[in-house]
Amino acid sequence: MNVVVCVKQIPDPADPGALDPTTKTLKRDGKLILDESDSYGVEMALQLVTAAGGGEVTLVSMAPNGEVSGLRTALAMGAAKAILVSDDALAGSDALGTAKVLAKAIERVEGADLILTATESSDGYTGTVPEQVAGLLDLPSVTFAKHIEVDGSTVKVQRQTEAGYDDVECPLPAVVSVTAGVVEPRYPSFKGIMAAKSKPVDTLTVADLGLDASQVGWAGAGQEIVSIEEAPAREAGEVIEDDGTAFEKIVAYLDNLKVL
Amino acid sequence: MDTAHSPYAPPTDADVREEIIGTVRRFVANEVAPVAAGLEREDRFPAEIVAQMRELGLFGITIPEAYGGLGLDLLTYIGVIEELAYGWMSLTGIINTHTMVATLLMAHGTDEQKQRWLPVLAAGEQRGALSLSEPDAGSDTRNISCKAQRDGDEYVVNGTKAWVTNGERAGLVALAARTEEGISAFIVEKEPGPAFEGISVSKHVGKLGYKGVETVEMAYVDHRVPAANLIGEPGRGLPQILGVLEVGRINIASRAVGVARAAFDAALAYAQERVTMGKPIAEHQAIQLKLADMATRLEAARLLTRNAAERKMAGLRCDVEAGMAKLFASETAMELATEAMRIHGGMGYTTDMPVERYYRDAPLMIIGEGTNEIQRLVIARGLLARARGQAS
Ligand SMILES: Cc1cc2nc3c(=O)[nH]c(=O)nc-3n(C[C@H](O)[C@H](O)[C@H](O)COP(=O)(O)OP(=O)(O)OC[C@H]3O[C@@H](n4cnc5c(N)ncnc54)[C@H](O)[C@@H]3O)c2cc1C
Ligand SMILES: Cc1cc2nc3c(=O)[nH]c(=O)nc-3n(C[C@H](O)[C@H](O)[C@H](O)COP(=O)(O)OP(=O)(O)OC[C@H]3O[C@@H](n4cnc5c(N)ncnc54)[C@H](O)[C@@H]3O)c2cc1C
Repeated sequence: MNVVVCVKQIPDPADPGALDPTTKTLKRDGKLILDESDSYGVEMALQLVTAAGGGEVTLVSMAPNGEVSGLRTALAMGAAKAILVSDDALAGSDALGTAKVLAKAIERVEGADLILTATESSDGYTGTVPEQVAGLLDLPSVTFAKHIEVDGSTVKVQRQTEAGYDDVECPLPAVVSVTAGVVEPRYPSFKGIMAAKSKPVDTLTVADLGLDASQVGWAGAGQEIVSIEEAPAREAGEVIEDDGTAFEKIVAYLDNLKVL
Repeated sequence: MDTAHSPYAPPTDADVREEIIGTVRRFVANEVAPVAAGLEREDRFPAEIVAQMRELGLFGITIPEAYGGLGLDLLTYIGVIEELAYGWMSLTGIINTHTMVATLLMAHGTDEQKQRWLPVLAAGEQRGALSLSEPDAGSDTRNISCKAQRDGDEYVVNGTKAWVTNGERAGLVALAARTEEGISAFIVEKEPGPAFEGISVSKHVGKLGYKGVETVEMAYVDHRVPAANLIGEPGRGLPQILGVLEVGRINIASRAVGVARAAFDAALAYAQERVTMGKPIAEHQAIQLKLADMATRLEAARLLTRNAAERKMAGLRCDVEAGMAKLFASETAMELATEAMRIHGGMGYTTDMPVERYYRDAPLMIIGEGTNEIQRLVIARGLLARARGQAS
């Protein structure tokens, strides 16, 4: 069983992020790391391959400046190889442009039975790439997986809902997006980290994928960011002194917010 | 050339080193920080964390790949130690005596001895303890009285060793004992636990800090050690073990840097949150002066430690440098823990905040692996020897 995992490499959330005032997008010039959301997909993929008794995990990522740091982390966890798409022409890509690139890259992985992604990335979080990739590859898409099992050529998914979960079955190959609850990601062992250094990372350009530069990047983006503003500072909360009726005020307050 | 001074391991690829240290940082933030205070209050051995540390590969960091280890360099080692100490200093004690035993074997073991014990240590199957001190031989190492009497192809060990960190849970103990030729080093193989073939844990030492890991007194009564377990030359045990302590001192220095950094980070965060006289205390100049001094000392301690490790890696003498790093970094940890407590005001004195733990853990580093008084003697002796153009 061969699993492809889409992994996004993002600016370290521990360092305060910065927006570029001219492009109005997140600055991505520093070191990028593995999006923690994607570590769940990587772990799930590794466990599925182990359970199947054979096969391998291939990573697919699109990132600027030939960035491989985040890929190395996922390779250290146990993935076998990676495809990285990096090209100046990709600057300004929107979610659909990203999906086009990822779909083309996934097509190059022979015998992929299952494609995993996170539900949404930690920095862009449009939560649209997985479905777009499925659409472009003409594959079934299952979202919000909190549990995955593969049975022959069928994938069985517990799909998280507000009330509980749905049991969903679908034929392979398929694109499944996982939630953070799906499995507990392992820490890469030191040995794994050392081995990751020599695992193959195939770095491709837009042209290598057979895509036209006009379909991606700023040129292909169907979205435009018109303006950016500072998030408003958090306002001071309301203090309710308990004179014996505090609970009524709190209930009224929550009722007003329509959370009750 | 003295093998204890020989290059330690080839330099580790910088990306690999960074990724390993980053992984330990993440591990500490997620798995250690949330539970450290609780475990330490109960003085409970962190079995689960140690099992995870083993899976990561922490017990074989510096052991060569040929012997089942990872063959990583000292800079990787001290980076890992700093991160562990940042979360909970006790964890570094579990790794330190273990690494000392491995280092002793790497420097002075025969190939057969290395084959026999290094892979076991590297995998963390057995844990190592280093047993030099005695009730009447701490700084005064030459006063060791524990005896190992030759009897055929065995030695019979009798005596009492003090302050054996990891002594109870260890399976391999590097022991300094007196033979006919002088003080010799042995590897004692035992089953983890309170008693084994004439060896018994006679006392658990109650401690100010450094909790969760046991420090014990061990009594040896007619315990037999095969002669094949003697390490290096008979009678040369002391210089052999003291040579290994150079790495031990670099370890202590990086632990101290970790604790100092934890104290500083806590202080910096609290200073920005706590408001008095209408502004965060970080805006008061008195607090700013403290923060500036703390950060400067921390940086100096880290650089001294790094320098000692780099010299050791390059195969250069580093008795003076390791001593300086240990001395300065441990005093820095003491000072920063105290300053962090001052900055926290009353909160710093409570068990709701980790600062009081840093304050109790820091003093170990001014005492262990040679007190700071002894450290100054080591530094001065090394300086004088160098001035006279001697190698010692
Ligand atoms: C204005 C703008 C400029 C941009 N500039 C660049 C640029 O210079 N270089 C560049 O590489 N990208 C660039 N991007 C792409 C961007 O960073 C996102 O990859 C893309 O918009 C996907 O959106 P999202 O993060 O909201 O995905 P979501 O739909 O929230 O992501 C869901 C999941 O899809 C997968 N996924 C998403 N993106 C990627 C990816 N890039 N690689 C692998 N898996 C992925 C992950 O599993 C992720 O968790 C730019 C985007 C915009 C809008
Ligand atoms: C928690 C803990 C764990 C330990 N773990 C281990 C371990 O795993 N293995 C091990 O072998 N040992 C271990 N030790 C022992 C430690 O190395 C000794 O405590 C230390 O070397 C000091 O020896 P001492 O306690 O006998 O003090 P002493 O030697 O009695 O020193 C008392 C004071 O006199 C000073 N002093 C002594 N001699 C001189 C001198 N010549 N000139 C100037 N000043 C001097 C000292 O600096 C100190 O201030 C541990 C100690 C502690 C507290």
